[in-house]
Amino acid sequence: MLKVENLKASVEGKSILNGIDLTVNAGEVHAIMGPNGSGKSTLASILAGRESYEVTDGSITFLNQDLLELAPEERAREGLFLAFQYPVEIPGVTTTNFLKTAVNQIREHRGQEALDAVTFLKLIKEKMKLVKIDDSLLSRSLNDGFSGGEKKRNEIFQMAVLEPKLAILDETDSGLDIDALKVVANGVNSLRNKDNAVVVVTHYQRLLDYIVPDFVHVLYNGKIVKSGDKDLALKLEAKGYDWIRENAELAT
Amino acid sequence: MSKDDQILEEFTSSEYKYGFETTIDTDSAPKGLNEDIIRFISAKKNEPEWMLEWRLNAFRKWKTMKEPKWPNVSYPEIDYQDIIYYSAPKQKASPSSLDEVDPELRETFKKLGISLEEQKRLTGVAVDAVMDSVSVATTFKDKLAELGIIFCSFSEAVQNHPELVKKYMGSVVPINDNFFAALNSAVFSDGSFCYIPKGVRCPMELSTYFRINAANTGQFERTLIIAEEGSYVSYLEGCTAPMRDENQLHAAIVEIYAEKDAEVKYSTVQNWYPGNKDGVGGIYNFVTKRGLCNGSGSKISWTQVETGSAITWKYPSCILKGDNSVGEFYSVAVTNNMQQADTGTKMIHIGKNTKSRIVSKGVSAGKSQNSYRGLVQIMPRAVNARNFSQCDSLLMGDKCGAHTFPYIETGNKSAQIEHEATTSKIGEDQIFYCNQRGIDTEDAVALIVNGYCKEVLNQLPMEFAVEAQKLLALTLEGSVG
Repeated sequence: MLKVENLKASVEGKSILNGIDLTVNAGEVHAIMGPNGSGKSTLASILAGRESYEVTDGSITFLNQDLLELAPEERAREGLFLAFQYPVEIPGVTTTNFLKTAVNQIREHRGQEALDAVTFLKLIKEKMKLVKIDDSLLSRSLNDGFSGGEKKRNEIFQMAVLEPKLAILDETDSGLDIDALKVVANGVNSLRNKDNAVVVVTHYQRLLDYIVPDFVHVLYNGKIVKSGDKDLALKLEAKGYDWIRENAELAT
Repeated sequence: MSKDDQILEEFTSSEYKYGFETTIDTDSAPKGLNEDIIRFISAKKNEPEWMLEWRLNAFRKWKTMKEPKWPNVSYPEIDYQDIIYYSAPKQKASPSSLDEVDPELRETFKKLGISLEEQKRLTGVAVDAVMDSVSVATTFKDKLAELGIIFCSFSEAVQNHPELVKKYMGSVVPINDNFFAALNSAVFSDGSFCYIPKGVRCPMELSTYFRINAANTGQFERTLIIAEEGSYVSYLEGCTAPMRDENQLHAAIVEIYAEKDAEVKYSTVQNWYPGNKDGVGGIYNFVTKRGLCNGSGSKISWTQVETGSAITWKYPSCILKGDNSVGEFYSVAVTNNMQQADTGTKMIHIGKNTKSRIVSKGVSAGKSQNSYRGLVQIMPRAVNARNFSQCDSLLMGDKCGAHTFPYIETGNKSAQIEHEATTSKIGEDQIFYCNQRGIDTEDAVALIVNGYCKEVLNQLPMEFAVEAQKLLALTLEGSVG
């Protein structure tokens, strides 16, 4: 589904990613871990198409297309979803209205007819249950005045409605208490199936207790320095990132 | 929700879509302005002597006045002798029914989305359509007459209700109020007249639709609304014009007179031709709008969505003379390309416990200049007056300008005045967030701007709100990227 090869990227001349290789197949969950500043969020942003990063080398293939050639909205319409670390507030635009616009633009791209109000509301109601989101949240302005937890849940709710093929969760666990974390994880788990894939970007292991990954990758200095299964995450939790740092420095 | 969808659907690549011209015989005065022209206009309209005298008086005042230079706009000197001051579609003097209206004219209004025939059949909105200088048709007149409501063209009012016109015309905007008001008073050709009797709640929205068609012509219409004690009316105004390379002058007057406990809501969606993207052509929209809350407990509420015109200069105002009277001003002014807008309001508190509320949302894009100018004045006997003002500016790109000129004058210590102002830019983060959900940039901008203007758009009657949202999207098309 997703193939990243030797990806190098910089921002304002400073190199952040130094040759990333990553393959994600349908049905898999990958976790990308690493200390602060290792390039995790940069990788997520580049996959989604944020402009402030410059890709200097390498390639990204998504569903047999050159991802780097696609505009951000085209990537989204092809089924790539990013749950933002810091969801943006849009005053005066309700979540419902925002999502309806998104759903119908994606449907148009796929040659499907726009959903009418009734069908759309039915869809919303169904997905609301997944993330235990409240009616009132949907009629408020998008993320405007939402608590940290509400914003993150709203991201997962949007993911549920848009049903992406590849979902990237960028530090979705940060700022969540344990109950909210479970709600978010349950939401993600219930959306998992053999046709889609999830990439979880996180600093801590605890989210991975609830969203169990098939693969864990450790990112350090813009490179994946270690890959393994879920046990790697537990090891990281026990030993800390210093262990990785030392190993990485030994290797060079 | 469905409202936004509609904009998105209609948010096509079209430019100014009302730019067509109707080929129709017109009856015009020669270019230029002098007492003979005024006599010509008055004679054409078969006016009584007092009306002609009023016009001539205004003309003499106008000759002594100077064009205002204080607005934050610039344009070449206007040659007032190079304008045609009267142009009317040729038709029977005054059609007694819609069937007598020229089919070309009916077609024009149909293109504008106002089918006069349909208006007549469906309930909802009564329309007075004004093309160039003359009122073409007024719908629903009979039905309104049953309630004692008078809704007709200004010329008809002069003929049929001279006592009301004499009493109220110029009572809110005196003929020498300002340069453009004096000019209008001298040469106005038609407009709408509305009278709501005591205790009557007007059962439908009343609407005037203004259209400039003929070239080299100025449009000078005036509207007079009188709301007697305890009455209510909601009034809508829409405007469009063909695309032309030369600038055209529109200098209108709207006067509202509200008696005790009366309420008048006046909504405008102004979409005069703004000129092309290099600033060639477009309407100079120099308008005086004012309401007088004469009686206690009366309320006048202005809502405007200004997207058109090369230059907009207007300050719909409220004089809060009656005790406990209320004035409101809700405005969205959008400028793109080379447009210039200097708009705002005046709230003059005279009576006790008077309240006013100002919500102004400016959106500037392209190389446009957008200014809010407002005056809140508390007179010495206005005990416990309250004002709340909020002026927000949204900038798109780095070549446009947003300016705020709030003036506050208080003559009474018990006054409470609040002023809030913000300036923001549409964030790349907001656009990227929308993009990431599959929404393209132009639609994202439309969504964000409509969200930003929501508080004002919510004040508009439903049909108008849909229209306004579409307009916002169209006006800002191509402003990013």
